[in-house]
Amino acid sequence: MNTLYRRRRFWNRFHFSMSLLVTLAGLFVLGWILFTTLKFGVAALNLSLFRLDTPAPGNVGGLRNAFVGSLLLVGLAVLVGTPLGVLAGTFLAEFSRGKRLGMVVRFFNDILLSAPSIVIGLFAFSIVVYPMEHYSGWAGAFALTIIFIPVVLRTTDEMLQLVPGSLREAALALGAPHWKMVLRVTYRAAAAGILTGILLALARISGETAPLIFTVLNNQFWSTDLNRPIASLPIAIYQFAMSPYADLQALAWAGALVTVLFILILSLGARYVLRRAGRS
Amino acid sequence: MFRNLARFAAFSVLLVLLGVAVTLFWRSWPTFHHFGWSFLWTARWDPGRELFGGWIPIAGTLISSAIALLVAVPVAYGVALFVTNLAPAWLGRPVGSAIELLAAIPSIVFGMWGLFVFAPWFAKLEPWITAHVGTLPAIGIFFRGPPMGIGMLTAGLVLAVMVLPFIASIMRDVFTVVPPMLRESAYALGATSWEVQRHVVLAYTRSAVLGGIFLGLGRALGETMAVTFVIGNAHQLSASLLKPGNSIAALLANEFAEATTPLHQSSLLALGFLLFAMTLIILIGARLLLWRLENAQGKSGL
Repeated sequence: MNTLYRRRRFWNRFHFSMSLLVTLAGLFVLGWILFTTLKFGVAALNLSLFRLDTPAPGNVGGLRNAFVGSLLLVGLAVLVGTPLGVLAGTFLAEFSRGKRLGMVVRFFNDILLSAPSIVIGLFAFSIVVYPMEHYSGWAGAFALTIIFIPVVLRTTDEMLQLVPGSLREAALALGAPHWKMVLRVTYRAAAAGILTGILLALARISGETAPLIFTVLNNQFWSTDLNRPIASLPIAIYQFAMSPYADLQALAWAGALVTVLFILILSLGARYVLRRAGRS
Repeated sequence: MFRNLARFAAFSVLLVLLGVAVTLFWRSWPTFHHFGWSFLWTARWDPGRELFGGWIPIAGTLISSAIALLVAVPVAYGVALFVTNLAPAWLGRPVGSAIELLAAIPSIVFGMWGLFVFAPWFAKLEPWITAHVGTLPAIGIFFRGPPMGIGMLTAGLVLAVMVLPFIASIMRDVFTVVPPMLRESAYALGATSWEVQRHVVLAYTRSAVLGGIFLGLGRALGETMAVTFVIGNAHQLSASLLKPGNSIAALLANEFAEATTPLHQSSLLALGFLLFAMTLIILIGARLLLWRLENAQGKSGL
């Protein structure tokens, strides 16, 4: 009896100390990665990063064209993806309650959400680059849009479902048509949640590299022509990090630091928006 | 009008998924037609002579993902347990959020960390691994090799770090939906916390936990940039996990933009199609398993 008790107590403690140990290990790795990025990134950070274009090895340079290229690609994806994602999410939450179609769309959206981004890149290559016969910014923006939409769709759907039904009934009882009720009442109630989804989706696509490799390719020089290959931050980081030159690798770290900071700020901002809305 | 607009947007999601499957299959058809089923298990990959077989990247994808899961699942379980069961609320939530932040870091940063920091450190560890683990019977042959730092094992470990937050956050979510009454009755019978966790919580959430693991596997299979940095990109497959290898995603990232002949391009697209098919099956399985718990929840709630 006594040994049984001792054995059970031992397993209990063992199990929970292991749990504590692996959690510390997980936090340690997170800290290690952030520390690495900060250490190498800050060392390479200076003003010419934003003033000069990507250099050839041995020359002084920055990432100006890559920043602008990324801004164009990501901006375009947000511009096109936001209305599509929000509308699709609205359809699921408002117009297809309890219907099979809504379930099917939700299910396949979840699949698309986790589909490998390189496969999305292949898709963009097959239906944009291949028929046009050249790499282009449009193809990259197209790929990013497809990665962007499922995240927005999902959060919009979830946030609209949290809006209490009584609010809808009140609006309808006042004689508002369904579309007006959605636009003026439920959207307003779920605005913070929808914004969170957009911010998270933006964070997700800002670091995406794989789908850009064979859609926008890359450009060493200044260009804002979306019909041609243009520079982008993730690709510049990838190429410079893989290069054998220390100065280019340093630039890659600076780019990585900027990307990570941008994404962390977005993620924390999204959390903040949601929490503040939850409190009010 | 508004309703139809919304319906169109929702349909476009289905259209995209269908479009991915159809276009990838269509564009990889020349390869499947040319090489037949043997494309799946032939190891040659010779763009110069136009001979293509997908076995090495396919096996590499499966092996690196398997290593990732072997490492990530127990760790994710421990983290989820800590956050839901062990830590007080003021500590649990920030720790959970911190682990989830790992998921927000872009893949390419994991790759750079893996290549410049983790791999050199791991290379110093590898002679020790070869000397001590490599001499063991049965599993020894997996751990002998040159101490290069990059290779299949490194790729698996970096992947493990990447899929950890996904699996951990799902496990955390499903552990919290266990009705408190079930836990309390087990405690009332005198069970220790570990016994409650093992016989009540895990039993109740088994299918959803498995779904979370599948979801992590789906991520690991398709992960590209981090793997490309550290797997070594060598077209070879050896018993030793310390040697460089390749995965479908890494091969695509490396070769696709330079593929010149139609057959080469089609073969790479065929690998992409296989990767898509693999992840699709696994993700569908994962979603179905996760839905089972949600449905059980819904029914018990009524």
